[in-house]
Amino acid sequence: MSLLEIENLSLTIGGTPILKGVELAIAPGEVVGLVGESGSGKSITALTIMRLLPHLARAEGRVAFDGIDILGATEDQMCALRGDDIGMVFQEPMTALNPVKTIGEQVAEGIRWHTKAGRAEAEERARKILDRVGLPEAKFPLSRYPHELSGGQRQRVVIAIACALKPKLLIADEPTTALDVVLQAQILDLLRDLVSENRMGLLLISHDLAVVTEMADRLTILRHGEVTEAGDTARTLSEQQHPYTRELALASMHVPARPKPHLAGSARPLLEVEGVGRDYPGRRISLFRPAQPIRAVDDVSLTIEPAQSVALVGRSGCGKSTLARMILALDKPTAGTIRFRGEAITGKPEAELKPARRDMQVVFQDPYGSFDPRQKVEKLVAEPLHLLEKQPAKAERREMVAHALNEVGLGPRDMDKYPHEFSGGQRQRLSIARAIITRPKLVVADEPVSALDVSIRAQILDLFAELNQKLGIAYLFITHDLTVARAMADEVLVMHEGKIVERGRAADVLDHPRSEAAQALVAAAPDLHRAIARRMQEQG
Amino acid sequence: MTMRIDLPEETLAGVLAKALGNRSFLIGLVITLLIVAVALVSFLWTPYDVTRLVIADKTQAPSLVHWFGTDHFGRDILSMIMVGARNSIAVALVAVGIGMGIGVPLGAFAAARGGMTDEALMRVNDLVFAFPALLSAIMITAIFGPGAVNAIIAIGIFNIPVFARVARAGALAIWPREFILAARAAGKGATQITVEHVLPNIATLLLVQGTIQFALGILAEAGLSYVGLGAQPPMPSWGRMLFDAQTRMVTTPWMAIFPGMAIVITVLGLNLLGDGIADILDPKSRRQR
Repeated sequence: MSLLEIENLSLTIGGTPILKGVELAIAPGEVVGLVGESGSGKSITALTIMRLLPHLARAEGRVAFDGIDILGATEDQMCALRGDDIGMVFQEPMTALNPVKTIGEQVAEGIRWHTKAGRAEAEERARKILDRVGLPEAKFPLSRYPHELSGGQRQRVVIAIACALKPKLLIADEPTTALDVVLQAQILDLLRDLVSENRMGLLLISHDLAVVTEMADRLTILRHGEVTEAGDTARTLSEQQHPYTRELALASMHVPARPKPHLAGSARPLLEVEGVGRDYPGRRISLFRPAQPIRAVDDVSLTIEPAQSVALVGRSGCGKSTLARMILALDKPTAGTIRFRGEAITGKPEAELKPARRDMQVVFQDPYGSFDPRQKVEKLVAEPLHLLEKQPAKAERREMVAHALNEVGLGPRDMDKYPHEFSGGQRQRLSIARAIITRPKLVVADEPVSALDVSIRAQILDLFAELNQKLGIAYLFITHDLTVARAMADEVLVMHEGKIVERGRAADVLDHPRSEAAQALVAAAPDLHRAIARRMQEQG
Repeated sequence: MTMRIDLPEETLAGVLAKALGNRSFLIGLVITLLIVAVALVSFLWTPYDVTRLVIADKTQAPSLVHWFGTDHFGRDILSMIMVGARNSIAVALVAVGIGMGIGVPLGAFAAARGGMTDEALMRVNDLVFAFPALLSAIMITAIFGPGAVNAIIAIGIFNIPVFARVARAGALAIWPREFILAARAAGKGATQITVEHVLPNIATLLLVQGTIQFALGILAEAGLSYVGLGAQPPMPSWGRMLFDAQTRMVTTPWMAIFPGMAIVITVLGLNLLGDGIADILDPKSRRQR
């Protein structure tokens, strides 16, 4: 018998249809993947199971959990279910925990509420489950606060809260999207073990086909609130009967066509980074001993040639972004020099940096945070024009913005809109338009596609490749995603704890990593081909 | 999911269309205009002369002759409220203006510079904040003499740290955002970024604080008038009327109710107006309504 059965579930929010006839079933001990792009209704499906829907939502159909009719249950019944029989893990470990409560309190809270256990007993059980998720007593006492933990550790706490009462069903909504690949592999392992230990059902929601393939026995693909295909994971993905399934699979393995990879060693380098380091003041240990500085970037050297595309890969917190900021002259190195087009940019006053800034632009990760919500596209995209010697007249400026928008596949009509009127992918296009409007020689892209859906991601990667061909822009891609590095880069640099530990041609480094850090990254990176092959093998 | 809704263009006509569709803005505007109109009319005409004491008519309940009743000197309360409106509004408005005009640039500057500049500015700020406002206002008016102008300056000075703090806190939340980094990568300096990106994003915050400070300004003016350092008799002010009524609440409640209502309605109107303006200026709000 199924643990969870969803039959013909339709849902509207304020009259707008969100879900249409969704069917889904999960048996005890089974992992079901729910895949789809943003806005396809994945999270709403999860919230329907928890009955945590927004006020205006109206659901029809049947949702049965363990014999209980969820849609007809009273709020009291639901409160008893949530956190006890159904646990939930959220995407963002930074916001899923209460910053002013210790991790012990937060894990014990649910235990006390549901089991009416005393404080001591609840704390003991909290201790046990935290041990189980890999946060042992000696290093992680219950009295720790969330801010004292790293992202991966926080996600472990969230999982501990969800699994503390051994729920029958665990819903994990993009549990690893905010983590780097190594942490992702660890968290997925943990979830897999917990499922088999407790015979939990797991509903794994993700936009990443490779992750779902590695984890799920069966999968359901959702598009615009409708199930397009559902079934056994290996069979569904190897046969790819539905065109949308094929589209998704192709997009997640997409490699943009780049006719002539750039060969190193020909011209004068565009960017030279020599022995650059960056220290941050650390926390004072005692009143009399001075604080030990934290070395974020340690003696890094690299060069980028004109039109060359270089990927800087590494785990989160390894110093990639700090290095990028120093290259962009937004942060000052504490050691070493950075030369751009042969001229040192370190230690120059802002006024003298103008010519360098003109040739050096940036694309950020978060397409939502990188635009001032109160300005219109015309002004936002035109911002770097401020760097030109001669300020263009209004008409000329509009012309330039229109041209830049055209180059990234947007129309001149988009000029008079506000950023919130665009989707994530369109915003990333805007971000690129802003970066290329001054015709720079170098664009630094900090995780430019990791917040995007696979199909959008493929388009944006194509756009980067096209602009590289057309305008001869050199790229520095900063990423923890090896597929991006493989798809886009001529050369790969691997960074670990502030140092560059390996460098070489993209294919060499990614296929035959030599350093430990690079090997860990490659081993942990989800790969759809590999995952499908393994699934097929398991089933014979 | 992409939302495609045709939106009015951000032209003057577009903003006007938005304004006309915003209920709290309209109600707030009507109330505010009404109060201002009353204050203006009082220059030309009031039902009775507020400087004439008619002891025979003292403490009369509201009637057709005296709509809002009379006070303990027999003055018409409606006339006093009309004349008091000028005084209260002028004092509170100018005081908020002084506070915003000096406090906001100070706070924004502190947030933009950070480090020691920030520390130093904010500690001086705390120093001003630490003095009980009314006490210091009494000191200032005691030195420079009582009167409406000195009351305005005294209240204004104590609005500065309030706005400096709010502006700094708001600006600090904006500075680490990526679009600021993008602006810096475009070579813009701190002043330009503050004007173009930071201030528009904290305008809502400042507007709301402004309406609160306006209400507090009216109350502060009342306090100063009570100790005899605000508007000088026979010039009536709402605050003074309230304090006069304080000891007569049970016997002549109308003496307190009507000036009290005047303050409440004014503050309410300004709050609605502030909310409405904040809504209209927010590009995202154009979707709704």
